[in-house]
Amino acid sequence: MVHHIVGAVFVLIGALFLFLGALGIVRMPDLYNRMQTGTKATTLGNVLTMLGLGIMHPAWLLKLTLIALFVLFTNPISSHALARAAHRVGVPMTPLTVKDTLKDKKPVVKEAEV
Amino acid sequence: MANLLLELALAIGAAGTLLAVVRLVKGPRAASRAVALDVLTLITMPMMAAYGLYAGRQIYLDVALVYGILSFLGVTALARYADRGV
Amino acid sequence: MQRLPSILIAIGPLWLLWIALTGSTDPEELVAGGIVAVLVAVLAGGEPFSPASLKIFQPRRFAYALAYIPYMIWAIIVANFDVARRVIAPKMPIRPGIVTVKTKLKTPVGRLALANSITLTPGTLTVDICGDELCIHWIYVAHEDIEGATREIVEGFEKYLEVIFG
Repeated sequence: MVHHIVGAVFVLIGALFLFLGALGIVRMPDLYNRMQTGTKATTLGNVLTMLGLGIMHPAWLLKLTLIALFVLFTNPISSHALARAAHRVGVPMTPLTVKDTLKDKKPVVKEAEV
Repeated sequence: MANLLLELALAIGAAGTLLAVVRLVKGPRAASRAVALDVLTLITMPMMAAYGLYAGRQIYLDVALVYGILSFLGVTALARYADRGV
Repeated sequence: MQRLPSILIAIGPLWLLWIALTGSTDPEELVAGGIVAVLVAVLAGGEPFSPASLKIFQPRRFAYALAYIPYMIWAIIVANFDVARRVIAPKMPIRPGIVTVKTKLKTPVGRLALANSITLTPGTLTVDICGDELCIHWIYVAHEDIEGATREIVEGFEKYLEVIFG
């Protein structure tokens, strides 16, 4: 029974990280910072939840590991693709931004409202 | 006890999805909405798995995995479309 | 036919993935998985595998690859707590910006691994790669110059990845 409680605590901490990720996308001032907090503070939440569920129910561990690995491999790719596309079409950065070396390198093409 | 903790975790996850929906509605542009959608998936996937354990049905794990794959394809396709048009 | 070695290498991991996903060692499942693995490997032309992928089994590379896993886990945990702190703090201590860093890695797969590792640790997000330079969005810019940013973001990962993919 103890492993049930330990696993459930992991799931709870994971859920808290997921919540923080969602809070981040509401609070952060521009797209890029939302991406920082939103799509990536949630990776640890994801992995912790899967780990907790695996502790609670070891028979599922293999599949839960696969889901966690899937998130770890695809998440950076989709957030990178989204960030690059957003920068190319000129989604504005917050006034807090201190530096943008990418902008100096390439002219920003303004296209549709994305 | 463990069930209670699971229910609490599910409730926190649900609150998280609500926040993500706030950003989904507010935007401002399509890119921000795409991020909100991505986060929505990332929260829903582990919550599906947790609910699967709570309900004692393994099939929810497969649902979560397929949901993740579809969302990844969707976000990547959207980014590619914004990048150079289909 | 020059892709043939890559295709043959790709079949192995794909088949293992099928077995892990179905979670059964039933002969029927194994045969079905084998057929699907061959089909996918041929359709993808063996990407992203190549005969060079087998070098991972050299003892030194393999040891570094194993050591990289706990290093990466620790980096993700530390960075996640850092970002969580920034989200909760009422004044939101952020100082965002896009900085340029340089990498010594030469192979495309190595650069992919570096870019993914940087993106996975919250606080840094790879926006673009041009040649040996990566443009990285940083939630709290500590160094604006290339040398400082490279030291801070890249070198920890590079130490391992240079051996694994170099």
